[in-house]
Amino acid sequence: MFLDLFYGLRDEGVPVAVQEWQMFMTSLEKGLHDSNLMAFYNIAKATLIKSETYYDAFDRVFARVFQGVEGELNASDELSDWLSDPKNFEGLTEEQRKMIEELDADELMRRYLETLDEQDERHDGGGRWVGTGGHSPFGNGGEHPTGIRVGGESKNRSAMKVAEDRRFEEYRTDHTLDIRNVRVALKRLRHLTREGPGDELDLDETVDETCRNAGEIEFVYRSERRNNVRLLLLMDVGGTMEPYYEPVSRLLTALHEERGLRDFKAYYFHNCVYERLGTTADLYVKDAIPTGDILRRFDERWKVMFVGDAAMHPAELMNPRGNINPRFESESRGIDWLMRIRSHFNRSAWLNPDPASDWEYTRTTRVIGEIFPMFSLSLDGIQDAVTSLVGAKPSAPGITRH
Amino acid sequence: MSEESDFYRFKGTKGYIVSRSLVEAVNCAIALERPLLVKGEPGTGKTLLAKHVAEGLGLEMESWHIKSTSKAMEGLYVYDTLQRLNDARFGEGNVGDIRSYIKMGPVGRVFSAPKRQLLLIDEVDKADLEFPNDILRELDEMRFTVMETSDEVVAKERPLVIITSNNEKELPDAFLRRCVFHFIEFPEPEMMRKIVDVHHPNVDTSLLDQVLIKFYWLRGQPDLRKKPSTSELIDWIAALLRSGISQDQLESHIPFLGSLLKNEQDTAALADFDERGGDMPSEWSDLGPRFNQ
Repeated sequence: MFLDLFYGLRDEGVPVAVQEWQMFMTSLEKGLHDSNLMAFYNIAKATLIKSETYYDAFDRVFARVFQGVEGELNASDELSDWLSDPKNFEGLTEEQRKMIEELDADELMRRYLETLDEQDERHDGGGRWVGTGGHSPFGNGGEHPTGIRVGGESKNRSAMKVAEDRRFEEYRTDHTLDIRNVRVALKRLRHLTREGPGDELDLDETVDETCRNAGEIEFVYRSERRNNVRLLLLMDVGGTMEPYYEPVSRLLTALHEERGLRDFKAYYFHNCVYERLGTTADLYVKDAIPTGDILRRFDERWKVMFVGDAAMHPAELMNPRGNINPRFESESRGIDWLMRIRSHFNRSAWLNPDPASDWEYTRTTRVIGEIFPMFSLSLDGIQDAVTSLVGAKPSAPGITRH
Repeated sequence: MSEESDFYRFKGTKGYIVSRSLVEAVNCAIALERPLLVKGEPGTGKTLLAKHVAEGLGLEMESWHIKSTSKAMEGLYVYDTLQRLNDARFGEGNVGDIRSYIKMGPVGRVFSAPKRQLLLIDEVDKADLEFPNDILRELDEMRFTVMETSDEVVAKERPLVIITSNNEKELPDAFLRRCVFHFIEFPEPEMMRKIVDVHHPNVDTSLLDQVLIKFYWLRGQPDLRKKPSTSELIDWIAALLRSGISQDQLESHIPFLGSLLKNEQDTAALADFDERGGDMPSEWSDLGPRFNQ
């Protein structure tokens, strides 16, 4: 029954790992629940759930698991009886503990690491298998449903087998796009310069100066390093971009939260950039500002990041009056505006949420890919786009594959 | 349950109203010896919680207020190079002894305290992205090494750690995994009455009703950029009481708006609403079904 809670949460997409489960079990062992359903519920919530966004999912699963019904959470007498009988807890806890001890063993971790090494050799995908740095293999191992099974349901399978089975999907950085990962990728979007008042002691210089001064101490100060990157985000909204709402909004959230940037502005368009750009995602005409203004207002040092699928009817890109948005008339061709943007700014990049393998089949994507360096809207793609925005040399336009 | 763990059981204090789930989360963190991560809207009493837990358990409290420039290292210790160089220049102090220039930070002080203490890490999300990861090991093992002297600082008594976050940044998984988590929900009117009662006892019931109706109405306005919170409500009531305002005056008008709304646009929006002759609610039923009492 307890395991149902665990797997139920995982099925709902709540990130519960063995470590949290262990915490929960330990608190039950310590008798924190006081043989009381409400306390049991609160403790499960405090130990298993780490974000209020999952509270709702937790309530649903909890109700389902402990009552067999969806919906309102009522403490039925039967359930209270069951929960308040300490014997039930002891029995279950022991079983759980055994399972967790098995998983916890160093031995398992060692073998798991070995498996990772093996994988690296056998598959050419190398380097990506371990994925995001800093996560312990154990923690990650726990994250995967099949990983948990090691000591649980399917006892006959070795840990090795399970580790191989899982194919490591979750480690692949080209698939996942959670906000934190995106932000870590965006952290590279920096060009550090020393400006402003000197308020940091430069120890090396101080020592040098002091030596030059024959031992008489001479303090040398310098200004702190600050990020000097200004980012202009131009984003395609609506229409064909609809299915990409999730990943795009994650990128946007990450960008908005990224305070490391010196400046950040976002404007919106539909399919292609024409005379005017929306200041809000709903593209109200009264809020729109002329694209020419943006070119005047932002100098060439701004980095431009497009987000869009670049897929549209060729006429929308190539013909005058190509804008299909009836609220925005367009005299000039979309492609001209794109070229103007490209030549006005020193660095620009285009992030495309469509799979890179599809790009060459869409004419407009090919054309735009020749104007801007194009990257896929994945973690790797964002990293590469960031590198092309702040890297040493502006990369030649063209479609980059991942 | 052992006596010792019973001794460290938080039951709330007189000056702080806690929900039951919060009490249980606190006790869970105490028993598991894990940091307690408290999230919630600004002004829901996250920082205050730590103070009152310390009071309730009779522990001394050490606070570490995180700023955007905070480095994990500062919490452990700071090596005051500047002072040492200065002393060397003027031949003062004990320049030969590096230890006299190593100053413990909040974490270092809590670790080296002879008695169990409570460590509050306030607004951990203010710092750099990597900050929470940087303090993980120290909080896990309750020890760290002073690099300059190779001295190891080990916590004699495992401190109780309370961490607050305003949800400005996502915290790393590895960090979350080690914490007991609690989200302080915004109090319902019933709970709010109790909270107000702690701060302002003997407020006239019908006046308080008016105050709360206005308050929850204001919070329900979708255009507000910054919703007023509990702490602002407490301040507002203090202002109202001091000015001796009557219930009738409250019915169609919100005085001392400055103590509730801290944003120019919000104040302007409400003034707009007033000018247009917008109707403010004076009954709970005006606020919609959620508040029907």
